Amino acid sequence: MTVLAALVRRDLTLALRQGTGAGTALGFFLTVLVLIPLGIGPDQALLQRIAPGALWIALLLSVLLSSDRIFQADFEDGSLELMTMGPAAMEIVVTMKGLAHWLTTGLPLAIAAPLLGFLLNLDAALIGPLVLAMGLGSVALSLLASLGAAVTVGIRRGGLLVSLIILPLYVPVVIFGVAASSGIGGVNIAGPSLMILAAIALVALVTVPFAAAAALRAYMH
Amino acid sequence: MKIEKYANPTRFLALQEKMQPWLTGSAAFIIAIGLYLGLVVAPPDYQQGETVRIMFIHVPSAWNAMMVYTLMAVSSIIAIVFRHPLADMAAKAAAPFGAVFAFLALATGSLWGKPMWGTWWVWDARLTSTFVLFLLYLGYIAVWQAIEEPRRAAAIARIVAIVGFINVPIIKFSVDWWNSLHQGESIFRAGGPSIYPTILWPLLVMGLGYTLMFFALEFSALRSEVLARRIRQMEIAEAQGS
Repeated sequence: MTVLAALVRRDLTLALRQGTGAGTALGFFLTVLVLIPLGIGPDQALLQRIAPGALWIALLLSVLLSSDRIFQADFEDGSLELMTMGPAAMEIVVTMKGLAHWLTTGLPLAIAAPLLGFLLNLDAALIGPLVLAMGLGSVALSLLASLGAAVTVGIRRGGLLVSLIILPLYVPVVIFGVAASSGIGGVNIAGPSLMILAAIALVALVTVPFAAAAALRAYMH
Repeated sequence: MKIEKYANPTRFLALQEKMQPWLTGSAAFIIAIGLYLGLVVAPPDYQQGETVRIMFIHVPSAWNAMMVYTLMAVSSIIAIVFRHPLADMAAKAAAPFGAVFAFLALATGSLWGKPMWGTWWVWDARLTSTFVLFLLYLGYIAVWQAIEEPRRAAAIARIVAIVGFINVPIIKFSVDWWNSLHQGESIFRAGGPSIYPTILWPLLVMGLGYTLMFFALEFSALRSEVLARRIRQMEIAEAQGS
């Protein structure tokens, strides 16, 4: 348990002390959200309608943009290899690093979303479901991002490749995430969508570590 | 005779040489019959008119796009479990054809959608999931392009192929799970096909023809892949020797 805690604590400390951590993701999230009304126009009714979707897209891009910090630096300076020699299996290391990424990206952004939602005239009634859906959905996003980061860790300029591989897998999260956090559809689909989001997050939690660990091993040997 | 025997590249090359003319010939012959049945014999649909004939390209392409990805995922699993040298190459060789099939399904569907649904494209479940399949093919191909060392590229590509396979059942059942503008399953369903025999037969013949065409292309691409790898090994050996 102390090993797991140490792994998470190390990543959290790095993220908080280096400028490239949670602050950058939050700044990027804010930038995207500011650009949307500038690009679409300040029509309040239109903004209110697209606010949940726009917040989700901004979240997704922020998670994707910060995905390279999950493994890249540790892979390059050799500390990842050192971690694999420790008591924890590679799969555990991957899970903990994914968790640390969620704690420094998905969770803060989900909490900040309603605040920044005011920029988009977000309907106040949607704040609760939105935070819940984003908090849950970003678990899946962070885990899938760690898979993409693992698959491209040894590739120079792997950033574009990450988006090509991972964006298709983000599609269900976005669809059910938006369904859970916006009033679209007429009938009440928020509950079932939230459950599907939870299911996706759980499936990612049990499958992604194995796939990502296999990819990291392929790069280390 | 056992099928595992042909996992050996040399034996595969010998088999491929014998089978290639038959595969290519039968694919061309069956597609010719299918086109004749579809374009000449089959009557126009009473509602859709002549546009119904787009189906004879559209549906076989979509079937093959899903089948090819399934084969790639199965090959990748075989490569992980049995370490057959040919399995990775088979998956790598299949990917561009799968991407073309997915693209054809999307393009012909779009051409068919305009007169029938009144729109080139809608973001509904089956269209979206097929588009995602196309992107997965591109991602898989990009992995092989981006990683220079073949063994490492193979190891990464396997993971990408297997993870992406989750999309195939989603495409297959998308029309049952969601209310889609795309029509529901009308061939492989309980109670038999719901489309009329005069257009069902050309469709099945074209489906068989497309599948044979894929295997003809796949065999010849796999031959190139085996030979390319041998050339690479010879070049390495030569560079080390000098």
